[in-house]
Amino acid sequence: MKATSNTTTTATDAATAELQDFLARQERKDLLRFVTAGSVDDGKSTLIGRLLFESQGIFEDQLAAIRKASGRRGSAHADLDLSLVTDGLKAEREQGITIDVAYRYFTTPRRKFIIADTPGHEQYTRNMATGASMANLMVILIDAANGVTTQSRRHAFIGALLGIPHIVVVVNKMDLVDYDPDVFARIREEFADFAAKLEIRDLTFIPVSSLYGDNVVRHSQKMPWYGGTTLLNHLETVHIASDRNLIDLRLPVQYVTRLDDKTRGLLGTIASGVIRPGDEVTILPGGHTGRVQRVLGPGGEELAQGYPPQAVTVVLEQDVDVSRGNLLVRSNNVPPVESRFDAMVVWMSEGLLETGRPYYIKHATQIVPGEVSAVRYRIDVNTLHRQAVPTLGLNEIGRCAIHLHRPIALDPYTRNRQTGSFILIDRVTHNTVGAGILLDRKPSEAAPSPERWTSQPKSEHVHRHTSRITPEQRTERLGHNPGTLWLTGLCGSGKSTLAYALEERLFQAGHACAVLDGENLRLGLNKDLDFSGEGRSENIRRAAQVAQTLNEAGLIAICAFIAPHRLDREHARDIVGPDRFFEVHTDAPIDLCRQRDPHGLYELAESGEVQFFPGVTAPYERPEAPALHLDTEGATVEQCVDRLVELLRQKGILPA
Amino acid sequence: MNQSSPTTATPTDAEAPAIRPGRYTLSHLAQLEAESIHIIREVVAECENPVMLYSVGKDSGVLLHLARKAFAPAKIPFPLMHVDTTFKFPEMYEFRDRLAAEIGAELIVHRNEKALDEIGRDPECWTCSVCADQLKTQALIQALTQHQFDAAICGARRDEERSRAKERIFSFRNNRMQWDPRNQRPELWNVYNTRLHKGESLRVFPLSNWTELDIWHYIYAESIPVVSLYLARPRPVVYRDGMMLMVSNIIQPREGERVEEVMCRYRTLGCQLCTGAAPSEADTLEKVILETIQATKSERQNRAVDQDRDGSMEDKKREGYF
Ligand SMILES: Nc1nc2c(ncn2[C@@H]2O[C@H](COP(=O)(O)OP(=O)(O)O)[C@@H](O)[C@H]2O)c(=O)[nH]1
Repeated sequence: MKATSNTTTTATDAATAELQDFLARQERKDLLRFVTAGSVDDGKSTLIGRLLFESQGIFEDQLAAIRKASGRRGSAHADLDLSLVTDGLKAEREQGITIDVAYRYFTTPRRKFIIADTPGHEQYTRNMATGASMANLMVILIDAANGVTTQSRRHAFIGALLGIPHIVVVVNKMDLVDYDPDVFARIREEFADFAAKLEIRDLTFIPVSSLYGDNVVRHSQKMPWYGGTTLLNHLETVHIASDRNLIDLRLPVQYVTRLDDKTRGLLGTIASGVIRPGDEVTILPGGHTGRVQRVLGPGGEELAQGYPPQAVTVVLEQDVDVSRGNLLVRSNNVPPVESRFDAMVVWMSEGLLETGRPYYIKHATQIVPGEVSAVRYRIDVNTLHRQAVPTLGLNEIGRCAIHLHRPIALDPYTRNRQTGSFILIDRVTHNTVGAGILLDRKPSEAAPSPERWTSQPKSEHVHRHTSRITPEQRTERLGHNPGTLWLTGLCGSGKSTLAYALEERLFQAGHACAVLDGENLRLGLNKDLDFSGEGRSENIRRAAQVAQTLNEAGLIAICAFIAPHRLDREHARDIVGPDRFFEVHTDAPIDLCRQRDPHGLYELAESGEVQFFPGVTAPYERPEAPALHLDTEGATVEQCVDRLVELLRQKGILPA
Repeated sequence: MNQSSPTTATPTDAEAPAIRPGRYTLSHLAQLEAESIHIIREVVAECENPVMLYSVGKDSGVLLHLARKAFAPAKIPFPLMHVDTTFKFPEMYEFRDRLAAEIGAELIVHRNEKALDEIGRDPECWTCSVCADQLKTQALIQALTQHQFDAAICGARRDEERSRAKERIFSFRNNRMQWDPRNQRPELWNVYNTRLHKGESLRVFPLSNWTELDIWHYIYAESIPVVSLYLARPRPVVYRDGMMLMVSNIIQPREGERVEEVMCRYRTLGCQLCTGAAPSEADTLEKVILETIQATKSERQNRAVDQDRDGSMEDKKREGYF
């Protein structure tokens, strides 16, 4: 864009001079987008009305209409009900509520502002996430008389989740608490305590009365104890320039066009980083490389460099195959490209999330079919506790495993809001049903790790030796056939208890058996493993190998492992051999398991101290067709053992 | 106001230490431009048969300019469509045809001929609300259906009118082209969902986040041509229905009306019968912008269509008005 001051250099007339002076100042202004959050009646509308009114963002005829309506609604406090400024659609006006994100605009001598005004109640999470997605800053309103509420915590959580760098807590209605510094201090302390658990870079507290205007635009005479700045001043001066990522070049290709017979132009908006002619770039997901020949600004002018959020056209030196949806990155800074990853998902649809249902994922400029393969946990946004759930409902947030039909380039959301996010589109209704945020951590943390199962021995110079004793000889001596009973179930479902009770019964009947218990193994053989998906896969793999060895030796192996992943249990079956492997599901309601839990693991899992706890913060995939389903809630240990022995007889392990 | 005086205590423009956009920072106007171009490119990339609604007004002018920049040096990859009531100002028709020829864009002009035949070609046969319904809303629906456009790019802004504050950038219309404020898709980041079923369509508003001042500022900075009606000239006018109407081929003084010559201009352009001029001395673009800066009246005040009833614009949108 041309600089205004150059357009009419011969300007003589006063209007031109005045205007150019004005526009030059306009041009120096940058743009701050902020989102406001508050519960009903915290005074959000009044606050926004006050900001607009005092910065003259309201037109006179609007003001007249508001004056008229103020009288009609019988507003208690002032002759001008400023909350009516932000009043939107008719239905809401009739009900006296706001239900959707509304955008407002105002400008001060220093900055331009776009407010995303999100309602505090019905549909809150969905609307807040929408408003927050583009915001540099979030204003959270707290009613001084009510203090920090569940809702305030929810707002902070969503702000942090959506990566808003600056959060301002406005403690409103200070007039109702006599402008008491202690009230303000208490609220600040309580909120800061909670916020410490979230990732918030910059947290500011301001005591105000929107109704009377204290500390909104003008400093309050009533609160001499407050040494900070006013809300407007904070909005005008908060430093946002360094919030951008100028390091990782990411340019999602929006459209490819022919500039002339030979040259193709790649059109796109720079998500992050800086692009210059001469840069060596890689095109993802394909991985072709090329060199940037020219960067054109909007309108086609040559740029020495492009940076976010410019909409540019890039010409490469070579004619590389590029299409919409590809991502241009600098060759020495390439993000991972994967089709399976974990994301936090905000569910926005009335219908429940369905795992396995085909969805479209729109990530930057590409649409990829895929599915949510599992809901790992749901976050209780009020307590931040993680809960095991099979699905997510409207306004719920949870961590999900995503499986796409094609791999995409993955950036963590904290580094890049554009390439670190996606939306989920229902393939039948075409509605936007969810919003996804890519996580920082390694994507496969809690997922099982198939590589552990399929990897080959490290050296090819190892060879198998065979025993000289036949299985028949062993069976004859021991009086039974070898086999593996694999008890799987939640922590506290009774696996270990039953394993040792069964061992005792078999021992007394003269059989040779051994128990492999998950916890015991982790004290020795498996003490190097953690509870991540990979750690669990390896734990099960080693246990299966040991069980197989015991079976080879003719023994009955009784295995007690949570083994939450179906995939891992399938692999264990392959190692032991399908005709010797019998899966038993020891099943009990999770609340009962929690009661039985002697070591308080469930609590530790909920507080986040123990990670990836099946049933709480990681999924437990129930066996689909176990050899035996044992409901341990309604039966005694003896009865359960009877059924296990019966199973071994049926399967021909024990003599009939 | 109770305790607070409504005077503002912020520094005036002159004394404010403006935060200068630094290295690698775009001014707000450049950011708006980039956002709009992103939106227009997204429509072209994802929609099958998009069209740009061109109303000849200043917002349309900016929109068209952005569309040209979005694809330069290539031509705009979609047609322009003017939904014409036939009651616009002659200056507007001239301007439209000249501009379309100049940039070599395909221009579709659509009129609701059936309604014009039935009700009459004489503007006096039409009230504002019937005109808005038949010659704008219904005409637009006809045109979109006839050409099977699945996306209509329009120049509406959110700050224009209160019900627009909640409008999405990609606004979804059902197969009867209706807008349901309760059933709009959530819009996060700059990722837009353009998926449609047969018969459904999108209205796309790339100028959503622009204010009136931004529009004028951009017109000035980019030297975008505008219809001369925006500039103050001495014009013969009559006063009717609380509006100042310019005498023309369509507006003739009625019994008892006196023609006066007034220095005036238009803040928005529409049909001659329902668009009033406002007294103004702003006879250059510079002065128009200065006047806009001082403006304390919102721009649609002079358009009768909004004042019909409280919440009237919203009713129109529900029915398919853009
Ligand atoms: N005393 C007092 N009342 C306030 C203040 N701010 C808002 N209110 C009142 O609180 C009520 C709810 O305000 P409103 O802005 O509509 O709240 P919203 O639901 O958060 O938008 C109204 O009656 C306001 O007049 C304040 O600072 N002090």
